Amino acid sequence: MVAYFSEIYNGLISLFIGMGVTFKEFFKPTVTVQYPYETLTMADKYRGHVELIENDEGKPNCVACGLCARACPSGCITLAGEKPEGAKKKVLTRYILDFTRCSLCGSCVESCNFNALEFSKEYNLASTRKEDFIFDLLQRLEERNK
Amino acid sequence: MSSPIQLQPDETFVLNVGPQHPATHGVLRVKMEMNGEYIVNAETVIGYIHRMHEKMGENKTYPQYLMNLSRMDYLGAMGYSHGHVLVVEKASGIEVPERAEYIRAIMVELNRISSHLFWFGAFVMDLGGFSPLMYALQDREHILDMLEAVTGSRLTYCYFRFGGLYNDVDDEFVDAARRFIPRMRKSLIKYEKLVTGNIIFRKRLEGNALLSKETCRKYGATSAVARGSGINYDVRKNEPYSVYPEFDFDVPVYHEGDSLARYMVRMDEIEQSLRIIEQGLDKLPDGPIMPAKKPKLIKPPAGDYYQAVETARGNFGVRLVSDGTKIPYRLKLRSPTFSNMHLFDETCRGMMIMDALAFMGSLDLVIPEIDR
Repeated sequence: MVAYFSEIYNGLISLFIGMGVTFKEFFKPTVTVQYPYETLTMADKYRGHVELIENDEGKPNCVACGLCARACPSGCITLAGEKPEGAKKKVLTRYILDFTRCSLCGSCVESCNFNALEFSKEYNLASTRKEDFIFDLLQRLEERNK
Repeated sequence: MSSPIQLQPDETFVLNVGPQHPATHGVLRVKMEMNGEYIVNAETVIGYIHRMHEKMGENKTYPQYLMNLSRMDYLGAMGYSHGHVLVVEKASGIEVPERAEYIRAIMVELNRISSHLFWFGAFVMDLGGFSPLMYALQDREHILDMLEAVTGSRLTYCYFRFGGLYNDVDDEFVDAARRFIPRMRKSLIKYEKLVTGNIIFRKRLEGNALLSKETCRKYGATSAVARGSGINYDVRKNEPYSVYPEFDFDVPVYHEGDSLARYMVRMDEIEQSLRIIEQGLDKLPDGPIMPAKKPKLIKPPAGDYYQAVETARGNFGVRLVSDGTKIPYRLKLRSPTFSNMHLFDETCRGMMIMDALAFMGSLDLVIPEIDR
């Protein structure tokens, strides 16, 4: 009988403690962000998909050495370059990133010795078409420069 | 019109829980033979999210496989990467700078707390209490923000490298971690009051799913499942690795063997992890995060190597068989949840279904990690 009433008493205490916590939290500042209307700024080191870095002339730093394509665990990167006559270095002609296979590990950026790749801060990537995720990075660079 | 099926008093029926079910935390399927509300027999069926991580290990070079490890367990990814880098470093004899070792330990412990917090919230939600999940996620958010600022990713970190780390931590991270410790301690008191002391919570868990030491040993259970049954086993203490011998921390052990004991172990572990982080931040030495001399191509000499680490879910072991080439001959991953989960079939016999789901919650299952 005593146990029965002490249980009811303990239950009531638990209830009031719970309500007390809720009451305290009620007056604390809101921590959620109303997503489509408000967005957070991404961290500086955020790893999005890769983008090409341009030099002063607006051309990519890339010399088409292919180290990134070899470092990639999933084979996302296809690139091509050609050597113009009289030039010392190769010039990038095509850089395709197949984002459907990318797992954002960052091996490509790490393997690059020419400071040619960086992470983008893009995270709103959604589409119903697979082709939308095959990025032509060279074209993206040109569009950025426009 | 057909009449409803009448069950005979002793007739049983099969209930399928999962593979898509809110109470199983992933694609786990449990075939339960039921007699009314009571479970006569249960069989866990796995394999719905098998991604051949071990086979991938035999096809990729060592650095290419790094990112796979964080895909195994989405809540405590750091611990798994730690096991993998340690075994490859052991095999190829790479020295890790002291600063990198300390940062690794801090990161793993932060990740352990975030994993335990998520488990805590989900477990209480399994039992019918929703708001603790929100409080737990709010605390976890601070950890994820800290880790994101350093690693660039929120769940699949891919932060450890052979011989060191991907990025160095900055003062901002150290300050944030220092601010986080007292905040987390305050939250622990809140959880203690709100959840641990709650009479409904205690009545649900006390005496629920008693596990004996023998059962735990038989199935190879580790982590809070074993420590809640009185087995004092923690890889960090029993087979120390990395810089863990430098830290002063306790291994919480409870002898009751019920779901409440497993809950208590995890909650105490959060406090111990906070202690490790505190000491790690105090001792954090200056210096490089990558060794000065590191082989360009990782080719461990032929041999058989093994390294176990204590992750948030228990003893995670990596066995590496190398034939001297740049691709491993065999990479066996011993996942802790696989062993912990198989206790379920035997223990839940005769239990009521709601008790069995509470027990399943207390095991802290992460299904992608079972299937690998």
